[in-house]
Amino acid sequence: MSGSHGETINVTLKVWRQTSADAPGGFETHQQAISTDASFLEMLDLLNEELNAAGKEPIAFESDCREGICGTCGVMINGRAHGPQKATATCQLHMREFADDDEIVIEPFRATGFPVIRDLAVDRSPLDAIIEAGGYISVNTGAASDANLTPVPKAAADQAFDAAACIGCGACVAACPNSAAQLFTSAKIGHLGLLPQGQAERWSRTEAMVETMEEFFGSCTNHGECTEACPKEISLDFIALMNRDYMKAKVKNRGLAGQH
Amino acid sequence: MGILESKVPEGTLADKWENHKFSMNLVNPNNKRKFDIIVVGTGLAGASAAATLGELGYRVKAFTFHDSPRRAHSIAAQGGINAAKNYTNDGDSVHRLFYDTVKGGDYRSREANVHRLAEVSVNIIDQATAQGVPFARDYGGLLDNRSFGGAQVSRTFYARGQTGQQLLIGAYSALMRQVAAGTVELHTRAELLDVVKKDGRACGIVVRDLLSGEVTPHSAHAVVLATGGYSNVYFLSTNAMMCNVTAAWRAHKRGAYFANPCYTQIHPTCIPASDDFQSKLTLMSESLRNDGRIWVPSAFDDTRPAADIPEGDRDYYLERKYPAFGNLVPRDVASRNAKTVCDEGHGVGPLKNGVYLDFAAAIARNGLDAISEKYGNLFDMYQRITGENPYEQPMRIYPAIHYTMGGLWVDYHLMTTVPGLYSIGEANFSDHGANRLGASALMQGLADGYFVLPYTIGDDLAGQLGNPVVPVDDPVFTTAVAGIEDEAHRWLSINGTRSVDHFHRELGRIVWDRIGMARNGPGLEKGLSEISALRSEFHSDVRVLGSADTLNQSLEKAGRVADFFELAELMARDALERSESCGGHFREEHQTAQGEAQRDDDNFAHVAAWEWNGEGTVQTRHREELTFETVALSQRSYK
Repeated sequence: MSGSHGETINVTLKVWRQTSADAPGGFETHQQAISTDASFLEMLDLLNEELNAAGKEPIAFESDCREGICGTCGVMINGRAHGPQKATATCQLHMREFADDDEIVIEPFRATGFPVIRDLAVDRSPLDAIIEAGGYISVNTGAASDANLTPVPKAAADQAFDAAACIGCGACVAACPNSAAQLFTSAKIGHLGLLPQGQAERWSRTEAMVETMEEFFGSCTNHGECTEACPKEISLDFIALMNRDYMKAKVKNRGLAGQH
Repeated sequence: MGILESKVPEGTLADKWENHKFSMNLVNPNNKRKFDIIVVGTGLAGASAAATLGELGYRVKAFTFHDSPRRAHSIAAQGGINAAKNYTNDGDSVHRLFYDTVKGGDYRSREANVHRLAEVSVNIIDQATAQGVPFARDYGGLLDNRSFGGAQVSRTFYARGQTGQQLLIGAYSALMRQVAAGTVELHTRAELLDVVKKDGRACGIVVRDLLSGEVTPHSAHAVVLATGGYSNVYFLSTNAMMCNVTAAWRAHKRGAYFANPCYTQIHPTCIPASDDFQSKLTLMSESLRNDGRIWVPSAFDDTRPAADIPEGDRDYYLERKYPAFGNLVPRDVASRNAKTVCDEGHGVGPLKNGVYLDFAAAIARNGLDAISEKYGNLFDMYQRITGENPYEQPMRIYPAIHYTMGGLWVDYHLMTTVPGLYSIGEANFSDHGANRLGASALMQGLADGYFVLPYTIGDDLAGQLGNPVVPVDDPVFTTAVAGIEDEAHRWLSINGTRSVDHFHRELGRIVWDRIGMARNGPGLEKGLSEISALRSEFHSDVRVLGSADTLNQSLEKAGRVADFFELAELMARDALERSESCGGHFREEHQTAQGEAQRDDDNFAHVAAWEWNGEGTVQTRHREELTFETVALSQRSYK
């Protein structure tokens, strides 16, 4: 593998350009010679340098940590959210995943809930609205008891963590043919619902979050594209858990006899 | 020289905070809603502060330049968070955590602040757990701990390798709960570009909407800056791409003193840069040094693959020089030694800019599965980035900047030298002295936000009761808004030849070479003139295309890089004046015969806080003397 350092490939980039949410967009074609050691976003950095030098406005795209944890980045690469490598956010994708003469189509995340801001940048703020609807445990600062007062079975803690690993990038929504946000929403509901601390608000939280989700996003029809695209490989099981909890919540929250 | 009043309370160290909480002025619950507080930044410190202030009943406006509060760079912290819980029964205590932190900081921090930090550390773990932060647990369901550099007890709580992410999600969810409750008004994609004062007191801020370009004033009774550190002055660092010094720097230019800018921390185990297009560096957890052996080829320019280099031709230089600590010497020592061997020509990799971190012996000893279980995630990440398989060949690592101990000077109340303006988290200078211990950044951010600022801010606000906020059509605001609008148009009208990133990268090279891991007088002098020359070029030759009324990432960066230029000059000046070595500040002229950092406690046991004197004028250096009543100063040794 070490022999591959510094290898240069030539790729054709078809990049989506759009000046604003209302403006029509279209593809722009660029040829790019690039080292296979470069990350995908470093390739876009280089392209932007060249555009700037030629007096053309650079391509707007978002990224921040470039370590696959902040969830800021994300584009469609050849029709796939975050591109070809499994369990890898766009910022962690490297050009050694591509070959000489490849054509690479780069588009913004496509989803009705994520309007385009400019070029490859989209507005994912509806995800925050879902969290605002109930993605928390209500405990004011100072009101907590000692952390070891309530043991949490290791299995529950580990499963909760698997859900909590969600980085909020929105790839699940972009990958879904229905633009549904079930995987994102269920990850938070699962994270909190699996922990003893999360029980008090479990049913009200589930109902509020699911119904807010439905204001912005499409319906789930079990394609499973979301978990395929997820950089953290969050399991479809959490959607099943959320669906079950939602049904129960609809009954419990009505306060029917004996249901509390 | 101005007066730097640290406002450290009287009394014995262990009683100071407790007594002070009683003696501070309070704002009664019904009056809290009469106060507006602005919090800028929504990382660990900002989100926890905004949420807590909202819970208390204040009217809070929280600002982030990200699209969501959850993106802040706190999220990337891997290792863990320290707390003096002593759940492991190995003799930890508030006093021991306090002591380790003061010593780890090379005796350049304020004792009273550090003690308070250690005291509230235990509350942070309780709070985070109650929020649902999934800390690692043992099979009995109780919280697990691990040990970390600079401590001889296990006091680090962790959530796999994503502790920062989980703590930030906890603080973010608390914040969103207050947004839902209506106590916090959240402004996303809003970047602070000026701090506004009236009659000497902070009265608000000016922000630019990053999508529409609209510049708006916001007024409040108090302003809190939680805007992080300035590692990106080096261009290549482990910080996220957008991290910057702009909020802190613009506050500095409005009168807030900037303290100890030369205290920067390098992390020894990062993946080396692979080419000129490198955009940032990635950290590999320090825990790898528990099992990896660090070495370089003994011969210069040895190009054989690692596996073909026999034992006799390898130099395990840390084990050779530091037999007692070996590969586990502190961060600064490990980093400087890596630089030395690479500078001498022993570096490995295509650019000869790394040293080997070799797991062959550990794999032979413990088996592949055991190593994979411990470090599998990290090995995968390394392979994704480098294309090399660390199970089969050694990792290549090199030090990189990843944290800055310096920042806005604050008193015991976390208030800057501008009344009504506070700074918390990495943005301030307090608590870590000249070197931060691992797993202490998360602790400090959350301590400030959850348990310190929400109390101390009331002391000052109590005296403001009945005072209305300054209206946003006051000339102090309209002037500031006009200034920021002019700034945007100035960048767009330069129409030079080179990009903002070009200048940032060049600036980073100078700062790394002159104010990096090792500094010396002549180099710093040279650095000052190099920075100044490049800065003039930047202001006359930068090319920022597009317009100011839309998302324009080059325009955003132009202002940030301009501030980095000014900061870099101050860093060089601060490093030059501090004629000693301490923690992350290593002056080559001041080392022991063995090459270790040599402090000068007689002349430099103080904080250097710099006062802005206007454009084109050198800042004034003020001192806050550090007095050590509890900890005895000594020389660190790891032989």
